[in-house]
Amino acid sequence: MKRFSWFNVTALTLGFAFLYLPMIILVIYSFNESKLVTVWAGFSTKWYGELLQNEAFLNAAWVTIKVAVFSSTLATILGTMAAYVLVRAGRFKGRTLFSGMIYAPLVMPEVITGLSLLLLFIGIGLDRGVLTIVLAHTTFAMCFVSVVVSSRLVSFDNSLEEAALDLGCTPLQAFRLVTLPIIAPAVISGWLLAFTLSLDDLVIASFTSGPSATTLPIKIFSAVRLGVSPEINALSTIMIAIVTIGVIAASLISKQASLRQQRDEQAAARG
Amino acid sequence: MRRAILILTPYLWLFALFLIPFLIVLKISLSDAALAIPPYAPQLDLAGGWSAIKDFFAGLDFENFEFLTTDDLYWKAYLSSFKIALISTALALLIGYPIAYSMARAAPEWRPTLLMLVILPFWTSFLIRVYAWMGILSNEGLLNQFLLWTGLIAEPLTILNTNYAVYIGIVYTYLPFMILPIYSALEKMDDSLLEAAEDLGCSRTSAFWLITIPLSKTGITAGCFLVFIPTLGEFVIPSLLGGSQTLMIGKVLWEEFFNNRDWPVASAVAIILLLILIIPIILFQRNEQKQREMEG
Repeated sequence: MKRFSWFNVTALTLGFAFLYLPMIILVIYSFNESKLVTVWAGFSTKWYGELLQNEAFLNAAWVTIKVAVFSSTLATILGTMAAYVLVRAGRFKGRTLFSGMIYAPLVMPEVITGLSLLLLFIGIGLDRGVLTIVLAHTTFAMCFVSVVVSSRLVSFDNSLEEAALDLGCTPLQAFRLVTLPIIAPAVISGWLLAFTLSLDDLVIASFTSGPSATTLPIKIFSAVRLGVSPEINALSTIMIAIVTIGVIAASLISKQASLRQQRDEQAAARG
Repeated sequence: MRRAILILTPYLWLFALFLIPFLIVLKISLSDAALAIPPYAPQLDLAGGWSAIKDFFAGLDFENFEFLTTDDLYWKAYLSSFKIALISTALALLIGYPIAYSMARAAPEWRPTLLMLVILPFWTSFLIRVYAWMGILSNEGLLNQFLLWTGLIAEPLTILNTNYAVYIGIVYTYLPFMILPIYSALEKMDDSLLEAAEDLGCSRTSAFWLITIPLSKTGITAGCFLVFIPTLGEFVIPSLLGGSQTLMIGKVLWEEFFNNRDWPVASAVAIILLLILIIPIILFQRNEQKQREMEG
């Protein structure tokens, strides 16, 4: 029997207050009438209106979404392949280097990743813009995807794939019909992770973007450096709302899926 | 054939976009700054044949690294990054452990919700979470307003643009990385061990120190590294919350590159930062391996 004491209640209350109060305050103050962000002057949604008029922000948001969609999709494909290679391909020449290249970007400081990619792009004379940010984001996000997917691949039984191959599937069919459905949840969470990493990234994007392509974090960072602004509060609130809804929806969907799976398994067990 | 394509695609991608860029940084760190485009020399000219390659290697030296040791800005920045990362990790552990511990003690039906509440901030933009503190910590900010109102202080405290704000920012953004591994270690713990200890005459506090803490050690170690490693190269938090006296190596590298446009020195700073990071990364890997061995 676990004892849940007043100490536990206090720790959780204070802990979650610390984690959530700053964001709640930010959301509340985005509805503040006053330009002075620390003085409350009545409820207003005017900063949201001004934000929607601000073309620079809207453009940056569009660039960010484009980059995130392309890079997370590419990263998911490459990361899933990499995970498959790590878990299933067995021995091959240069395997150690390969797994090193998968794990190193995870711990590499962003400033170094950004710097090194920029030097590469300049070295080969590639103009910096949306393409270079996509290449950069794909590279570091694919490593995160491959870690997520390989942990799922490790835990599932190889004999299912072998059975499919024995029954006459080509390796590609076996992957599509057996492996992919089983690792699909991991692939989807890998994609989501890659998408948010790309959406969030300031440092690598700052190094690899050019004047033609500014992402939202770069825009926010340069605005925020000058101090707190109500427009940024409004923008932050929108982003927090999207993430909250997304995470809650995703967890509800996965909960329902696991319930359905349980029901199916019980039905199968009953015959 | 198919296997070769499967292996080669991610392999070549990482080779071209991770390994080669890294080698370029290494190479430029050994070059000299020059008033040219790109601003460093020598340039490798493969068309010049063997003698050009020889000249190229002859032009490389450790001058930038020597420069880093002569200007005390750099070693002070490394030292202060190390100090800030160490103190923030300790603070995150002190705050994170009770939270993880209490989560593991909560009723099982509550745990998924609590877990989601810890993970949720991780999905929201890092930049926004750091920015949120700017409005709270400033001189006219909510924290000062609150403290003035309670009468605890007579004058507003200067927190924003000092190292204190950097500590708060780091602990705040990296706290989930501390909580999650500790929680997953504590959750697996068998409670009957504690009961046995108490039956054998252990007090509750000593049972905590003798059983709970050792059993959560791998979680504590993992959490500490997960906070310490990214903090060392942190750029966003010191540049938004810290002041001009806040020295962190990520910030120095950024300024060296964007403001001073000294690419060779920026590259040398990056190489040294990596060398410093290798030790904690290897220790972290070892800890993970130990944990896997214990479990399986």
